[in-house]
Amino acid sequence: MLEITSIEKGIVIDHIPAGYGIKLFHLLKLEKADYTVALINNAFSKKRGKKDIIKINNTIEFDVEFLGLINADITVNIIEGGKIIKKLRLTVPERVVNVIHCKNPRCVTSVESKIDHIFHLVDPVKRSYRCEYCDDIIVPY
Amino acid sequence: MLKGKSLIDPSDFSKEEFREIFDLAHEIAKDPLKYKKSCEDKILATLFFEPSTRTRFSFEAAMLRLGGQVIGFSEPNSSSVAKGESIADTIRTVENYADLAVMRHPKEGAPRVAVQSVKFPVINAGDGGHLHPTQTLTDILTIEMLKGSVENKVYGFCGDLKFGRTVHSLIKFLSNYDGVRFILVSPEELTIPEYVREEITRKNVPFIEVDKLKEHLKEMDFLYMTRVQRERFFNEEDYIRLKDSFILDAEKMKHAGPETYILHPLPRVNEISIDVDDDPRAQYFNQARNGMYVRMALILKLLGIK
Ligand SMILES: [Zn+2]
Repeated sequence: MLEITSIEKGIVIDHIPAGYGIKLFHLLKLEKADYTVALINNAFSKKRGKKDIIKINNTIEFDVEFLGLINADITVNIIEGGKIIKKLRLTVPERVVNVIHCKNPRCVTSVESKIDHIFHLVDPVKRSYRCEYCDDIIVPY
Repeated sequence: MLKGKSLIDPSDFSKEEFREIFDLAHEIAKDPLKYKKSCEDKILATLFFEPSTRTRFSFEAAMLRLGGQVIGFSEPNSSSVAKGESIADTIRTVENYADLAVMRHPKEGAPRVAVQSVKFPVINAGDGGHLHPTQTLTDILTIEMLKGSVENKVYGFCGDLKFGRTVHSLIKFLSNYDGVRFILVSPEELTIPEYVREEITRKNVPFIEVDKLKEHLKEMDFLYMTRVQRERFFNEEDYIRLKDSFILDAEKMKHAGPETYILHPLPRVNEISIDVDDDPRAQYFNQARNGMYVRMALILKLLGIK
């Protein structure tokens, strides 16, 4: 297995479904980071064969809630002194703002600028969401 | 308390709040002249970003019969909207002049954007193929006048159930009441949208989806007919193929029950043949007057006058 230098203080986002790592990397705007970040694609996973991992060599603030949108199996480990000091459990968020966009071409969000894109959870198993404005239901990821 | 509230979606008000509006609407219907000075110093803004005569007239007549004044536009091309002004900016400007606003917009959810931007009451008068809650108020007042209450009834819906905003609003409203059952008649391409199906499923409202009208007419207390509208289609061929699919005529009415009332939000094109008009079960022309009364009641409640 590929060895990545372990981090002293930071965050490891593990068990990302293979292929979603890059999407998540951009969602967290890590391409703009001025500290060390690593995106590992197709790492070995006992459970699924393949997984993606993101290692962030910094303590950044981010809304872990929306990770649940992608997959509730994703784990977020907080590292300090080279050890995992906290594992965050993910839940499927009830409400998401400005993360996903409505696909309905008749929706007002397609024309009105400067409005929040708001979605409400409909079904936590299917992970489907309803647009605040037009009620269209989507499964984001 | 309805004072200061907005009506965008039928789920914005509680059952009790709707009851207040209908009770007042029944009172107004008995003696409309009693209310002719109720809104003397009030102004209603009618913002029609999409042409409509019927709904706009109904709101304007309602406000004028309450003694109020009306400002607004019905031709978006001639307004600031044509210059690219946002919905939020338009409604914020209007809030300086009027006491409440009515909005029709081709984009779904536009009135929700308006509500987020202002503090005065905003009423959704139809947003794209989404909702049309004041038509629902009209429909419910008519249903109550004909059969006393909305509970324990079978409601048939026929035609364009996918883009029919009057249908979505009425189904959403009715699904909160006991003993309600739906028979949904449409071609496969025009069945109810997923969010409506999700809602009635979650609320355990029994419903069936069929593509033949005749067989089910007898069990319906009300049949709600709708028009298949050209503007809801991206493609002309689909429109032409589906527009004549579900037509109600005198021959089909023979299969309906003696008290199966026919409702329609109007305007009608050809989905109800004119030979049905003289049938006492045809109630669609009576709906229009009720629409004005119930809008009078809504205005009075949102302004906190009654
Ligand atoms: Zn939408």
